Amino acid sequence: MLTIAMPKGRIFEEALCLLRQAGLAIPEEFAEHSRKLTLTLPEAGLSFFLAKPMDVPTYVEYGVADIGIVGKDVLLEEERDVYELLDLQISPCRLSVAGKPDWKPPLYPRVATKYPQVATRYFKEQGQQVEVIHLNGSIELAPIVGLADRIVDIVSTGRTLKENGLVELEVIATVTSRLIANRGSYRMKTQMITFLCEQLTSVIQEGVSV
Amino acid sequence: MSKLRGFEKPTGFHDMPPELARKKRILEERVRNQFERWGYEEVLTPTLEFYDTVGKASAILKEKMFKCMDQQGNTLILRPDQTAPIARMVASVLKKKPLPLRLSYHSNVFRAQENEAGRHAEFYQSGVELIGLPNTEADAEVIALAIEALQACYLESFQLAIGHVTLLDGFIRERIKDDSAVLRLKEYLGQRNMVGFHQELDLLGVSERTKKELAILLRISPGKEQLLHIRKLTHSPQVQQAIEQLEEIWNHLDGYGVTSSIVFDFSLIGQIHYYTGMYFEGYSTNLGFPLLSGGRYDQLLSCFDRPLPATGFALDINRVMEASPFTGDSPKRFIIGYKPLYHRQAIKKAISLRKEGNVVILHRLDDAFSYKEWVTEQDRVILLTGEGEERYDVNDCDAERKNL
Repeated sequence: MLTIAMPKGRIFEEALCLLRQAGLAIPEEFAEHSRKLTLTLPEAGLSFFLAKPMDVPTYVEYGVADIGIVGKDVLLEEERDVYELLDLQISPCRLSVAGKPDWKPPLYPRVATKYPQVATRYFKEQGQQVEVIHLNGSIELAPIVGLADRIVDIVSTGRTLKENGLVELEVIATVTSRLIANRGSYRMKTQMITFLCEQLTSVIQEGVSV
Repeated sequence: MSKLRGFEKPTGFHDMPPELARKKRILEERVRNQFERWGYEEVLTPTLEFYDTVGKASAILKEKMFKCMDQQGNTLILRPDQTAPIARMVASVLKKKPLPLRLSYHSNVFRAQENEAGRHAEFYQSGVELIGLPNTEADAEVIALAIEALQACYLESFQLAIGHVTLLDGFIRERIKDDSAVLRLKEYLGQRNMVGFHQELDLLGVSERTKKELAILLRISPGKEQLLHIRKLTHSPQVQQAIEQLEEIWNHLDGYGVTSSIVFDFSLIGQIHYYTGMYFEGYSTNLGFPLLSGGRYDQLLSCFDRPLPATGFALDINRVMEASPFTGDSPKRFIIGYKPLYHRQAIKKAISLRKEGNVVILHRLDDAFSYKEWVTEQDRVILLTGEGEERYDVNDCDAERKNL
């Protein structure tokens, strides 16, 4: 039995689609908004559960899920001890620094973000000492109401930033979704995981060539 | 920071209630027995060491050590592992002892910055160090002993993955000349980041053939054939030498009859710059974390000015306790319930039963607590109530009550 942790939200539909293309017979009723958080397919030897994206690497590190699908942004933030096996090349976006168009370095720079680790590390590497403020959502609000002068957040089309009068100042990293595996499962269930990886790889390559 | 409550402990530190302490004691004892049978003698080293000696030599990152200061201002560390202190001991106290040295330990080690459940700031390690032998027989000996140690802990479904750091290094260097790129590639493998590894290869613009060869190197494969595959792909003397070593190790392990639970995985490197030859990790089916790790570390002893080849491994006892099906059932006990008048008689009875190796609990019958609260199915109850000594099984408790 292979247990797969799936992320709710942004990535879910695309990831599900990719798994179906890779030959996993996942029934239609497994949907993001259904109340069912788990799904078991005994014939296929698979079981799935839905989790908050930020928690997926945790479930996988502890081995309650053998593998999981999660954005690189979460992996950068959480720094979990898991195998990062495959770039699924879905849900592309950027982790960026954003601020008002006329941004100038203030005396006491403050950065609001859902990614405090990533932000702290990035500004340290840039040789800047900033105060990082951890928020749980609607990060764009921070510069508008004056909580922080800049933010670090996910940017895909840039529309949300624009609507809030913000611009992307620097790109920290480009982000796609990844297939991750538990250290123990990667060894004890090598065949199943390798097979799935191969299937996914061929789907991804076809997708790219189209 | 909220006010500390009475029950709180520093993050990452754990209590062991009786069942767990018993399980630990029994499993550790079984492992110790195995180590002893292979001639490994137990040593003890101090809990505190100097950062400048043991701390600098240790494979554990500085940030992960608990530090404090002595009165002279030297930085002290709580031992982060047992291998570096033993190396110090080998270079000092044991300097005159003839080689090779077979040493073992069972002790707690400390890691700071482990701020989460499941990651321990203090945990127990049982391990061995085989010092002075450069040969593959020594490597095979510690691997075979590691397998016996897992079996001694009632683990059945486990796997040991063996890698080799100079094989990996040589194989990559044969294809990629840039030193810093080689280091980055190895760092990605150390972080288990296969995506990063492949992206680096793309950035370096290596050929499809090289990518394919590296993919063959890094696949996990059971059995000796993997060594044959790699041999065909290399002209590097460094890699060829490593392959020969692994073939020898494999043959020795075949002699021990343990090859069925072994695979090769050349993506393994352990801590970068620490291991110098073969490196291995052990896993069981029911746990997501490794149970043991070890390998050859021929450089460590030179940190203490006594360059010697060495190999060994450490079992993570806390993880083994989690994975082991052994329940650590409490032993069969005698409970002697007595009325105050018969206390001396009860003591006498207890002495003779304990001499026979039994567990005996004395219980005054008019105590506020009834033994019926804690007596178990396996216990035997003896009542001394004046009507002569009587013996009951716990199942007869009700019958007994009527007698009282």
